[in-house]
Amino acid sequence: MTPLHIRAFTATSCIGRGLPAMLESLRAQRSGLMPCNFETVTLETYVGEVPGVDDVRLPAELRRFDCRNNRLAQFGLEEDGFIDAVSASVSRWGGRRVGLFLGTSTSGILDTEVAYRQRDPATGALPASFDYAGTHNSYSLAAYVRALLELEGPSAVVSSACSSSAKVFGSARRMIAAGLIDAAVVGGVDSLCLTTLYGFHSLQLVSRNPCKPFDVARDGISIGEAAAFALIERPPDSLDRDAILLLGIGESSDAYHMSSPHPEGCGARAAMLQALATAGLTPQDIDYVNLHGTGTPSNDSAEGKAVAAVFADRAAAVAASSTKGATGHTLGAAGSVEAVICALSLRHGLLPGGANTRQVDASLGFEYLCANRQRPIARALSNSFGFGGSNCALVLGRAC
Amino acid sequence: MLTAYLQGVGLIGPGLPDWRTGAPAIAGGEPYTPQPTVIPVPEGLPPAERRRTGATVKLAVSVAQQAVTDAGIDPEGLPAVFSSSGGDGLICHEICQTLASADRQVSPTRFHNSVHNAAAGYWSLATGATAASTALCAFDGSFAAGLLEALALVTVDRQPVLLSAYETSYPEPLRATRPLPDSFAVALVLTPAAGPNPRARLAVSLRDGATADRLSSPQLEALRAALPAARSLPLLRLLARREAGEVVLDYLDGQRLAVEVRECR
Repeated sequence: MTPLHIRAFTATSCIGRGLPAMLESLRAQRSGLMPCNFETVTLETYVGEVPGVDDVRLPAELRRFDCRNNRLAQFGLEEDGFIDAVSASVSRWGGRRVGLFLGTSTSGILDTEVAYRQRDPATGALPASFDYAGTHNSYSLAAYVRALLELEGPSAVVSSACSSSAKVFGSARRMIAAGLIDAAVVGGVDSLCLTTLYGFHSLQLVSRNPCKPFDVARDGISIGEAAAFALIERPPDSLDRDAILLLGIGESSDAYHMSSPHPEGCGARAAMLQALATAGLTPQDIDYVNLHGTGTPSNDSAEGKAVAAVFADRAAAVAASSTKGATGHTLGAAGSVEAVICALSLRHGLLPGGANTRQVDASLGFEYLCANRQRPIARALSNSFGFGGSNCALVLGRAC
Repeated sequence: MLTAYLQGVGLIGPGLPDWRTGAPAIAGGEPYTPQPTVIPVPEGLPPAERRRTGATVKLAVSVAQQAVTDAGIDPEGLPAVFSSSGGDGLICHEICQTLASADRQVSPTRFHNSVHNAAAGYWSLATGATAASTALCAFDGSFAAGLLEALALVTVDRQPVLLSAYETSYPEPLRATRPLPDSFAVALVLTPAAGPNPRARLAVSLRDGATADRLSSPQLEALRAALPAARSLPLLRLLARREAGEVVLDYLDGQRLAVEVRECR
């Protein structure tokens, strides 16, 4: 594929609002996971809650979109000059030539859950203030961001569970390559809600402790929330040395099970190999792998096998980690959050050690970083896998 | 301009059990008699998986099977675009109801079936398809968003693609806030090369500010206006009539999709 320039990017999660705060937390190997005190949830678990989301106010004319998910989107968009970068892109190309592709798994469902507690006792009706299209529908995220950023190009939400906001890069790439648009805003926003907290709990996939991906004693995920965005365009004729490029993308399906990965990681392996192939790279070109690494025994085992198979005899030389011990699993936002973390890694030469992991699973065929490492790197691979066997891998790199 | 050859069509809607049966009514040659949509049981799923699937997955997978059979194409290597204006409304309602109750014991099967990409997941289980699939939503523009994504895949990556666009209706109380009257689904198989027997050639482009085409039959127009997947009906009418021409379909605020149908057989 033709590389695409990631002209601007930003992320907000429980380890910080905006890039400087995220970077500082990664440098300190600080986890943002805290004992769950969210809403009325009574589960014994840790969550990655973003402080301050409740206080966010949407612009008055867009009040119909008011829900936790769109507040988190607003909170994230305000950082790192992202809105100005998008405005400049709209001025350059025209609003109709800028697409919008965002990932979310649950959109504004929290507000529906609360509305279900407030049903009219006589009729069963939801409160009159409930706005289905503005908050509940999966597309409400993109409808809000499209209105806020005054974008008029093609737009869709990808909702393929935990691969959602990695796959948006693929949709944007195809639309740019097809000549429909010149630039795209991509990203993902998922916010804490009872559906995912109680749902993952029912599947016995949630840890009681802060998640510890790839640890021998890993015992489940910690759910987080996040908003992450990137502005991507065709590269200009000359790029700064620290410019970040999207070099490759691979997508596959497991065809194995709805909520468990293929035990050998077949689909994951196919996605990584395709990402490398579209980038025109081989495994030895990759300096760092940001693993999906959710912290469940079966997910990490399958991904470990897939990474070992892809990197084969070079596996011992590749450095890899999951940053979910720091951020929690941000579900539909994870793909974009971790693409942004890879972009930070490339820009600052920081290979982030995975937080919380103490004793790495000895069966891994590659080096799992428990401590940060500082060295210049050129290319990073980011994995995102979701329910339904939906896999996506991205390759990002520095311009030189 | 994005182009693709149409190889197969699937259709399930009110009084429209499949494409072959429904096409004459959509073409206008036969009267259209609305009947509640009958959702078939899809083939290929192991019995345990079949028992776990809800109406939305059955609808999306069945209509996809129709299109793949019509195209005579092996689904195993076929990338797929699933697009729906909502997930499974009944499952969503049941989860919200449980979470509003005292015990909050969500059913694990219901939870993993609640994801928007459940249909894509079960499709790959039913067919063994390991190619990429995606699950999109663009509210009332979900059919056009899916068609655009599918055409981009065909045009840019030179791959054959399955598109399945579908919705089922919500139960109360969500139904009052999103009144979808019944279930509707349409599926298309699109390829970069003509092959021996294409149904038509499609060319798709964005169209600013135009209004979407309407249908002359009041009943079919009511269907088109009420159900996002049925926003495809102006295109299906050309295909059913085996006519070349251009239609404009609903997409986003201020943005429509123009579909030119050529070489229609």
